[in-house]
Order: sequence, then C-alpha cells, then structure tokens
Amino acid sequence: MKGSALDGVRVADFCWLWAGAYATDLLAFLGAEVIKIESMARVDPSRQMTLTIGQAFEGVNSSPVFNSINLNKLSVTLNLKKPEAIGLVKRIVEVSDVVTENMRPGVMDKLGLSYEELKKVRSDIIMLSSSAFGSEGPLKRYGGYAPSFAAYSGLTHLTGYSDGPPNPMTGSTDLMSAATSAFAIMAALVHKQETGRGQFIDLSSVESLAVFTGDAVMEYVMNGRVQGRNGNRDRIMAPHNCYRCRGEDKWVSIAVSTDEEWRALCGVAGNPDWAADERFSDAYSRWKNQEELDRLVTEWSIKHTHYEITEKLQAVGVAAMPSLSNEEIFSDPHFKARGLATEVNHSAMGKQVVLGPPWKLSETPAKVTGPSPLIGEHNEYVFGELLGMSSKEIARLVDEEVIY
Amino acid sequence: MTEQALSHLMVLELCNMVAGPYCGKLLADLGAEVIKVELPSVGDDARRRGPFPEDKPHLERSGLFLYLNTSKLGVTLDMRTATGRRIFRQLVEQADILIEDKPPSLMDGLGLSYEDLKKVNPRLVMTSLTPFGQTGPYRDYKAHRLNSFHAGGEGYLVPIQSPDLTREPLMSGCIQADCICGLGAAFVTLAAFYRMKASGTGQYVDMSKQDMLMTMALLEIAMFANTGAVRSRIKRSLLMPTPMKCRDGYVHISALTDREWNDLVEFMGNPEWAKDERYTLWLRRHLLGDEITPRIQSFMEHFDKQDLFHKLQGKALAAAPVNTAEDLVKSEQMEARGFFSEIEHPETGSLRYPTAGYKLSETPWQARRAAPLLGEHNELVYCDRLGYTKDDLVKLRESGCI
Repeated sequence: MKGSALDGVRVADFCWLWAGAYATDLLAFLGAEVIKIESMARVDPSRQMTLTIGQAFEGVNSSPVFNSINLNKLSVTLNLKKPEAIGLVKRIVEVSDVVTENMRPGVMDKLGLSYEELKKVRSDIIMLSSSAFGSEGPLKRYGGYAPSFAAYSGLTHLTGYSDGPPNPMTGSTDLMSAATSAFAIMAALVHKQETGRGQFIDLSSVESLAVFTGDAVMEYVMNGRVQGRNGNRDRIMAPHNCYRCRGEDKWVSIAVSTDEEWRALCGVAGNPDWAADERFSDAYSRWKNQEELDRLVTEWSIKHTHYEITEKLQAVGVAAMPSLSNEEIFSDPHFKARGLATEVNHSAMGKQVVLGPPWKLSETPAKVTGPSPLIGEHNEYVFGELLGMSSKEIARLVDEEVIY
Repeated sequence: MTEQALSHLMVLELCNMVAGPYCGKLLADLGAEVIKVELPSVGDDARRRGPFPEDKPHLERSGLFLYLNTSKLGVTLDMRTATGRRIFRQLVEQADILIEDKPPSLMDGLGLSYEDLKKVNPRLVMTSLTPFGQTGPYRDYKAHRLNSFHAGGEGYLVPIQSPDLTREPLMSGCIQADCICGLGAAFVTLAAFYRMKASGTGQYVDMSKQDMLMTMALLEIAMFANTGAVRSRIKRSLLMPTPMKCRDGYVHISALTDREWNDLVEFMGNPEWAKDERYTLWLRRHLLGDEITPRIQSFMEHFDKQDLFHKLQGKALAAAPVNTAEDLVKSEQMEARGFFSEIEHPETGSLRYPTAGYKLSETPWQARRAAPLLGEHNELVYCDRLGYTKDDLVKLRESGCI
C-alpha cells in the first residue's frame, strides 16, 4: 500500500444534497478524510428522499442516492443551534485543512462560522462556499436546484431537438458543479502546499455551468448571433447523429469526420447507391444534405444491432458507440473491464452497487474504501480520538442534544 | 505579475480540440505555465472551427480555439521526426505535468509512453485523457464528443420527458461534455501533482472520458443498479420537470417541497383546482404532474421570463430563466459578478470571455494573455529555455520539425 494522493488532508464538510456532497467525495476517493457535520435537527434531504424522481426512503440511513455520493466519509452530528456545538465545530476546523458548505449565503455567517471567524481558529484554512449565484452579488439570496442552474447558465437553451423545447438534462448538472468545486479546492490545496496560505472560494453553480457554453458565448460576442438547439448535430461533421438500430429503442451514435471515414462507412454498409452519390461525397455536401443522409443511414442501421454497427465501424476507424441504457452499461464488456462499478456493504441497506472515481492513478490508486456513513456514525472517533474528549463529556453532550 | 494559485506549475499540453485543451486552460488561467504543443503549419483542429469574427475563417481567429487556450504559451513541434521527439523529451525534462490525448498506441509507438518519459523525468505527472482509457476492449476505439456522451449513459436519457420514444436520444448542447472531461482531468492531475510535491515521485493518470461522463450520470445509474428503477427519457408524470413556456422564452420552475408548493399556489392566487386534497403532500403531488403541470403552464405563459424569474424568487421559489448566450452576456448579475473578462488579442482585438465558476479570494482567476498564435513562443521556449540558437530554429522550421 503506497498511500493516497491526499493523505493527511482533512475536510470539515457541511454540504448537503448532491452538488456539495459529491465534491467532497472526489477528495475522499483520493484519501482525504472527510468529516460530514450533520444533525438530526437538520437531516440532509437526500438521506430521506430523492425529489427529482419522487421517491422517499425509510429513516435516515436507507438512501441509495445518499450512499452513492457520500462514500468513504465520516459523519458526526452537531446541533448547530447550540452554542457549544459551534465551539466543537471550531475544534474540528482547527485540525482540518478545508471547510466546505453549501447553505444559503449568510447562514454560516449567522452561525458564527464565516471564513473570517474560521480563519481565527486556523489561519491557513481553505473554505469553499457553494451556492446558486455565488456568495456575493445581486442575486446571492436566490436559490436553485440543478435544473435552475442549467437554465440560467445557458446550457438548457442549447440542449434539445432543433425543432423542440429546451431541455434541462438530468441531475448531472449538480455533479458538474461538484466537479468544479473539487477542482477549485484542489487548486487552493496546491497553493497552500507551496505558500502555507489558505483562502476563501466562492463557487457559483450557475457560473460553473456557464463556462461550458463558452463556444455559444463566443458566437454571440463575435457576431451577435444567438445559437439555438441542434440535437445531436455538429458544426460540420456529417453523418453525426444517433441512428435507430434493430430492437426496441436501440440507437447507435455515429460521427464521421473525414472523407476517408465516410468511404469506410459506405464499405461497411455494403456500398449502397448513396455511397456513390455526389451529394454525400465530401464533408461540405454531406453536411448540407444531412437530413437526407440521416434517412439513408437509418435504412441501413435499422437492420443491425447497435453493438454490431459499433464493432464493424470501429474496425474501419469510424467513431461509433451505442447510446447505452443503464441496463446495457452493466453488461457492457468495456465497462466491466474498467471496473468503474464496485460494491460496498452498507450496514442498513446491505450490498449496494456504486460508481468509483473515473481516474486510474499508477502509484496512489483512488478507491472506494467503504459505504456512506450512518448519521453520526463517527461521533466516538471524532470527538473521542481526534479531539481527545472523554466518554463522560461526550455522553453529557449527547444528553444535552449538542451532539445530535 | 500577481501570484496565482498554480504559478509554480510547469505544464506541457499535447492536446487537440476541446477536452484536453480545456484541462490545460483551467490550469493556465490559475497561473500555471502551460506550453501547448501544436503541429507545425496546421495547429490544433479547433483553429478551423468557428465561430469566426464576421464569419471570416482564419487560423488565428477561431472563437472556439481562443476560448479554450487562454493564458497558454504556444509552440509547434512534429513528433513524428526523431528530432521532434528529442526536443519533446527536453521539454518533458523541464515539466512537472504532461497532459496528452493521443490514441493509446500512438504515444507508445513514438517511444513517449509514461514508462519512457519517467526515465527522462521521474517527477513527471502524466495524464492521458482518451475516450475509453488505456485498458479494456474499447481502448483503441475512436470517439468524438457525440459518441463519448452516448457511451456515458446520459445520452440515452436526454431529452428527458420525451412524449414518446420515436425520436433519437440526444447529447447535451455546446461543448459541455468535452469540458467536463477536461475539468475532471485537471482535478486529478492537480491531486497527483500535490502528491508528487510531497513524495518526490510522479505518476501516471489514465482517464477515460466515458468513465468521467458516467460518473456525471451516476445517480441514475446507481438508482437503477440498486432498485431496478429503469431510467429512460420517456415522459413520466412529474411536476414541472421541464421549463415552462412564457411570452419571450422559458423559465424553469421547481416547487418540490410542501413549503414551495404552498408558496407557488399563493403566487398563482390560490386557485380552486390547487385545493385538491391529493396535492397536499409532496410525494403524491409530485407524481400527478400530468394534471397539475398544464395548469401551472397556463398561468405562467403570460409572463416575460426575467420578470417571472424575479417574482418567483421573491417567494423563495427556485426559478430560473432559460438564458441564451445573449441573456448571459447582458445579465446584470453576471456583470456585477465580473463573470466576463475582456481579453486583448492581436488578431481579433478585445473580446469578452467567460471566466470561471469559482472566485478564489487570494489568488483570483486571471487570463494573463489571449490564446497563442501558432508557434508564437517557439523562440522563447526553444531558444531561451532549451538553448537552441535562432539559426537552429530556422533549420528546424525548414525541415518541418517545428
């Protein structure tokens, strides 16, 4: 065992729901010790339900959703309404490198846990505050969920059929925001490693997504043109779409970027009439005539399975992949070989399938070390071992619902 | 030059188009020195993609290229030559980090695999960002953004709430899917660098774009794996899952909790239909979207989107206008946040660029320069850093090496 990339890094994590939780999970996969500071007085909604698909879970320790984004972490309970709890928070911060939170802007301040206050406790602390519109600014009091961030950012407008309405995509936009937080924290850690200094990070989910629309912004800035939705289409590549295959709701994505690839595709398709048609012989013509082209490609693709087409086209150097359903993912040979999915043993829910991190490090492999914590599961370890408190003291605090 | 978070990093970027270059951009805009290596005369393929100012295509004026390559130094190098490879190894010697996105067998074939480069520089952190990673049956598969997104599993689920399954599943718009892969690569690369500074040894990072995109869809994938809930893009009866149409566009509204629902009903003037006792509790109400959503839609369609946005937020409801790029650029909020930054470029003049989703208090984001012209820093890097003479440079150019 050669250790982990972030050995020795500790995070005091106030985040709840999806975006904040997954950010610290990315750090936890790399070996950071992440202590979730939770409370029975303020339970993370994702422990109890998933709002977007309308499902409730029993109790507070039976959520597959919570489990999938809080792996490797520790959990303590502290009722932040009690002044003594605030004192304990500060003691945890004292031995932490990073603090993360995603409450409404102003709430941490009111609790006496602003960056200025926490800096007094630990001068080199790195603190990340994640919110919809940022910690400062005209809209700082405005809230949002993943689809709101996607809408404001410009991403929703650009997603959908060219003749259809804008589409907010899935909860992935929350996880994109999480990935952004993780990166910003990592940059601050690298800076602190070099200089010994911490800092405050103001993370806006809306802005985190808006940067992904950079190409559309440049189009507007350069030419005053407002890009619309374009389905699966590309600026110039054609064929470039998902094509219906044999079976029920089976599709293969195909993207042809050169005339050579086009000829190779034609070969695989058995050189039908349209292979010799000048309307499709070069990139520009293919792009111009892509509606017709899509129809013709479908006439061929519909006779084959998406995996068949993928194999045959890849063999001749053409980019093709099935549009994988969740079920197909788990039976896909490459998915199995890469080992992205793993199983954890959750004490309340039993075996749970989870996705690990998407990177393979050669010396310090990232890993899933365990399931998400039960609420308050590590009170003994954190208060007893880490902070050195006696069992008597801990018992009193439990009685008085400070540790709660 | 004000100190930035990553000012002490030396990065070599051997990447093309969007994902890899976006990774390099993230590091460069936070102060890392990123040397972008491009093919002589031809350069990054993104240079040939629009938008172009006034729709006049030009190798140095691509909006896509300019956006993705801010703050970097640019050199040209052809590594298909032995001399090119030798120069590349000299660059690797001086770098902390190498980011590359070539087909897995290519770097091996050139004698530039991690195993080879580790000998040149044991502290090197090398990240390979490829469609399917360095291992597995699809290792050598080709994929563009479209294919990667659909390989990731989210493609199958978009557009969500489709009326039926007659139409094709879609990828996300713009360059989002590639950017998120670049972001993931930047994060883990920094972590490996952090470890290297602590331990003295570098390592190799193998990143698959498919894996990265799957993790973005992990909630759906995990729910399916553990509960058997089959996820599809087909319409289900949920409460306002897609944006509401209004007079000048769309607004997305979420009213998921009971508190939010009650405030929404009040906003709509407490209509009779909302008093249906089946709508009282969130779990049941949420699945009656088919009957409720159209009613809300008729109420909302008479508003203008920005006005509706502010009115609903005034009731602490999570609403947001479906903004276009124009809305974003003209947004008072974005202006006040300093989200856009003017960057001067010799070929395009000054343009506004999006900055970043994070504001670091001590070491702010800052584009120190616009994207490099093709080979702009050949002299700086090859002469000043590696000790080649200007004569050498001419010969290297004449031979097609740079």
